[in-house]
Amino acid sequence: MAVTKTEPINGSTTKSSAPPLPSMPLKSDLLSILSLKSLRLKTKQQELLIRVSILCLVYVLAFITRLFSVLRYESMIHEFDPYFNYRTTLFLTQKGFYEFWNWFDSESWYPLGRIIGGTLYPGLMVTAAMMYWGLRFLRFAVHIREVCVLTAPFFASNTTLVAYFFGKEIWDTGAGLVAAVLIAICPGYISRSVAGSYDNEGVAIFALLLTFYLFVKAVNTGSLAWGLASAFGYFYMVSAWGGYVFIINLIPLYVLALLITGRYSMRLYVAYNCMYVLGMLLAMQIRFVGFQHVQSGEHMAAMGVFFLMQVFYFLDWVKHLLNDKKLFEAFLRITVTCAVGVGAIALGVGTASGYISPWSGRFYSLLDPTYAKDHIPIIASVSEHQPTAWSSFMFDFHILLFLFPAGLYFCFKRLSDATIFIVMYGLTSMYFAGVMVRLILVATPAVCLISAIAVSATIKNLTMLLRTKSKVSQTGSTKGTGGGKTSSKAMLDQSQPFQRNGAIALLFGAFYLLSRYAIHCTWVTSEAYSSPSIVLAARGAHGNRVIFDDYREAYYWLRQNTPPDAKVMSWWDYGYQITAMGNRTVIVDNNTWNNTHIATVGRAMSSYEDEAYEIMRSLDVDYVLVVFGGVTGYSSDDINKFLWMVRIGGGVFPVIKEPDYLVNGEYRVDKGAAPKMLNCLMYKLSYYRFGELMTEYGKPPGYDRARGVEIGNKDIKLEHLEEAFTTSNWIVRIYKVKPPNNRW
Amino acid sequence: MLSPVLHRHCHLFLVTGRSEDSRGLGSFQDMARSISMEAAGLTLAFLILTFLTTSAASSTNQIQILNAERRIDLSSHIVKVFLTLKVENVMTAPASEIVLAFPPAQADHLALVKAQAAIGKKKKKSYVHLDVNPTELPDAPNGTKYFSISLLNPLSSGETATLEVLYILTHSLKPFPAEISQSESQLVYFRDSALILSPYHVKQQTTFLKTPSTKVESFTRVEPTKFAGRELKYGPYEDRPPYSFSPVTVHLENNSPFAVVEELLREVEISHWGNIQITEHYKLVHAGARHKGVFSRVEYQSRPSFSGTSSFKHLLASLPPRVHSVYYRDDIGNISSSHLRSDYRKSELEIEPRYPLFGGWKATFVIGYGLPLEDFLFESPDGKRYLNFSFGCPLAETVVDKLTIKVVLPEGSKDPSAAAPFPVEQRLETKYSYLDVVGRTVMVLEKKNVVPEHITPFQVYYTFKPIFMLAEPLMLASVFFLFFVACLAYLHNDLSIRK
Repeated sequence: MAVTKTEPINGSTTKSSAPPLPSMPLKSDLLSILSLKSLRLKTKQQELLIRVSILCLVYVLAFITRLFSVLRYESMIHEFDPYFNYRTTLFLTQKGFYEFWNWFDSESWYPLGRIIGGTLYPGLMVTAAMMYWGLRFLRFAVHIREVCVLTAPFFASNTTLVAYFFGKEIWDTGAGLVAAVLIAICPGYISRSVAGSYDNEGVAIFALLLTFYLFVKAVNTGSLAWGLASAFGYFYMVSAWGGYVFIINLIPLYVLALLITGRYSMRLYVAYNCMYVLGMLLAMQIRFVGFQHVQSGEHMAAMGVFFLMQVFYFLDWVKHLLNDKKLFEAFLRITVTCAVGVGAIALGVGTASGYISPWSGRFYSLLDPTYAKDHIPIIASVSEHQPTAWSSFMFDFHILLFLFPAGLYFCFKRLSDATIFIVMYGLTSMYFAGVMVRLILVATPAVCLISAIAVSATIKNLTMLLRTKSKVSQTGSTKGTGGGKTSSKAMLDQSQPFQRNGAIALLFGAFYLLSRYAIHCTWVTSEAYSSPSIVLAARGAHGNRVIFDDYREAYYWLRQNTPPDAKVMSWWDYGYQITAMGNRTVIVDNNTWNNTHIATVGRAMSSYEDEAYEIMRSLDVDYVLVVFGGVTGYSSDDINKFLWMVRIGGGVFPVIKEPDYLVNGEYRVDKGAAPKMLNCLMYKLSYYRFGELMTEYGKPPGYDRARGVEIGNKDIKLEHLEEAFTTSNWIVRIYKVKPPNNRW
Repeated sequence: MLSPVLHRHCHLFLVTGRSEDSRGLGSFQDMARSISMEAAGLTLAFLILTFLTTSAASSTNQIQILNAERRIDLSSHIVKVFLTLKVENVMTAPASEIVLAFPPAQADHLALVKAQAAIGKKKKKSYVHLDVNPTELPDAPNGTKYFSISLLNPLSSGETATLEVLYILTHSLKPFPAEISQSESQLVYFRDSALILSPYHVKQQTTFLKTPSTKVESFTRVEPTKFAGRELKYGPYEDRPPYSFSPVTVHLENNSPFAVVEELLREVEISHWGNIQITEHYKLVHAGARHKGVFSRVEYQSRPSFSGTSSFKHLLASLPPRVHSVYYRDDIGNISSSHLRSDYRKSELEIEPRYPLFGGWKATFVIGYGLPLEDFLFESPDGKRYLNFSFGCPLAETVVDKLTIKVVLPEGSKDPSAAAPFPVEQRLETKYSYLDVVGRTVMVLEKKNVVPEHITPFQVYYTFKPIFMLAEPLMLASVFFLFFVACLAYLHNDLSIRK
């Protein structure tokens, strides 16, 4: 806003240079004065300059702080899901959008396959592909991988801008700037947006915040244009991430809260209707979402609020027409009862007839944290779905955790439509962050914004105190910049002793805290969130860095040295990586859409070899891949995940019973382990010929360094499988399933 | 003794329609029958050959080989043959060229033929390079291929000359057994003739085969034959008529890395700002006996001398000196196992593929590096610029089945032409790189069957005006300028509809 109102910079120059010069000897002096004068900016311009440069710096900072992994390792895709996204993006750029949209992938979920175009959120891939095509059009010969790697940092930078405007909308420019700085380096956000973490969330947080900002803007202005913009923001969010459900529930909740608190206005009506109707229609264009907006229980709140809104408007109109309070109240009672009744009946009929689907398991597990543990082990088995520990709140938010309540206090002090929104966003997302670790991400923007309000308001108050003090002592120039209101306030506060010193101390304290925050964020980013997890790094004996690149070794081996149509069975964690890097067909992958299929793999892994062989034959498996950390001490290997395989397998096939693998409720792999454990396929494949290997000096051969025990079964014979490849550090082991023996 | 392989050679020369795989299938009786048949066939072959030669080449009667010595080096998978010929002109007319003959099976695998003539006496001996060109002779028996060596001075009547010929054969060691397990070592067949195939009468000849180890399973005897140490000697044989042929098969152990690059694409991108960027895409394969069954890491790690002896895990690439920003990666990312040693003469890059390569295993990867421009780009006297760069594959001891070199000239360069010391296929392409508008001219050179001996400089000539160097910076600058102007314009104009 301020940008358009600033005066031309050259204005002063032309004015001052216009009068004719009095005499020649003075010319040089005058020139110098003039040039100085022309360079001097007005306060408003100075402020603008500082603001813009701060924003630019924050923009750059948000980008470069996410590049640790690129500098330490290389420009590569991280983790598991990003590999799927990368593979689909590659497909999109190579084959074009229509092929991508209609893509039936036979390389995963063998023999079922997967309709990729209809079961993914295409926003991220399309965004990356557009950037790629744009750069290509401008003749920047970049590789699609580079674009994918840098997508998340780029969008994080954009998020800082949105945070600035959002902060400006709900509080003031100062809060906006602080919010931009806070969110730029907040570990909770960095954890999902470092370079290489090419995941939906990287784009989605930007889309989420943008939608919220545009909606709040629409509510504040009542402008149809902003409402439309927020609908498009919502569309982008829907196309990018399943977390859009949060938006479509939070916004109705917010509208409901406004209605209840009597803050209903025409602005709200315009904003919500425009956003909901258009947003819904646009969202239906995404195949994966389809008609869920009118058919799924999770989206019904929005529709209910939409109708309630119409009822409100109708009532308003009737009230305007009637001009009779009593009559109106009677009318109100009847209409509200009718509306609620009709709504309830519609919902009931819809649910009973199956038109409206009930809430999904994931949604339930959000409302009830214990739900997943009892009903859906596959959700509970994912580490990022665990309830959040306090330490990770501290780790991800640091001082924001304390600033958050302070910010809430400020918000409540200056309640407006916008602050109510941010308060609701903050509180609900904080709850969800407590339920699931990964949802800390959703809470991060809210926490940053609310903390920014706290920081900005506090510092502003303190500096005002300081400045008016000095102005008062100078006496005379009070009218200049301080403003009458603040100076009078300062006069009032003068009764308190040591106020000035106290303010200085508090300011220093605030800056100390903020600098600690910056240090903490950098440290966390560099130490915890910047490892690609596909390449493992460790410190060698001499302090040098040792790299374990076993995953890629194995995947590349698969890609080069197995038949192109080979089917690989592994636990689902590695599915995406095998298809993306190994380019081979997998039985199950990280898109856990078919629980039975995963359970079958879990069952095969936890059965005896001959039983497992039957299962593998029925699934056409050619190779089995297991991850084993016994040699290197890598603890997130398949033996440590094995109990989940048993649980998930047992959930569908009751033949598999968890107690068979435990001894007195204890999970062991040494001599005291359960006999079934010692002879199941997973154990055999992990420890095949491991008993011959000396892993650590002074320990017996077959000493498992990941679990710190000597293994219990050193003499493993394989009958139906043979070792096909083992990586140099034994982290990945691949076995070939032998064809059945000739009967004669 | 006649081995079954002899059978194959005879058929190659006589009845080409017959299946080659009949060997090794039959029973004892079959063997005996085939041997007798072969004996008959062989004599028949000689008859036909002698008949053909007498009728065909009056020109080939002109020359007689007094003494021929052939040394075949079988120590790696690239077979190098050094042939020393002492030739004499027995006719009156001066002879200006000497013809070498190759059986068709060898001709297909022939990567290179080089010849030189020795001049001067023992102490002051010097060698002069001679031109070798493929040629045709009328009535070549059974698809024999010829190369003619052009002599510096025509041989006059009765004069003798000594020629040294080097020819290199690739893919000529056939692994047998074709599949081996991890603990076995690799055995290969080498098939050739004990007698040098020649269109001339050979008075005396000897052939030496150098084997990589003392372990030789079997070899065909054509008396006199002697095997001692790591050398197998055939001959000396006296007075053999033209086109004499006596197939021999040697079954020997060869555990040297059979590193074959199926396809190599080298892209040389010239930037007149001072850098040459080279990107090399390799498709490497272990072309030895295929790996069969289990790969056991325990065995491989704990008993390196017995396990996987024919496999290899290191490769050495020799790069030019002053190389910088070297990288080694593949489709899925950087490969961290590589070491670069460089001094002022050369740089050596030791690379390890992600996994050790066993027979039949493949690895594809990319090596890229930058070089200073002034070491490779020169200006010729006629004002043209030319790139002087080495042909061939930087990896040591590898065969490249198909080599493509793409020289990407800077945008705006004209009249490209290439000069190479041996025949290569050439064509032009256009490539778009950073900020290109009209595209860069790409000179594409292609050659099949390339061996390390092909590492010789080639030149690409083109004309280039230095003003084109400024095109891209100016473009960027103007874009930024326009951007700032647009910003200024936006700030200074009120675009709102409502006043």
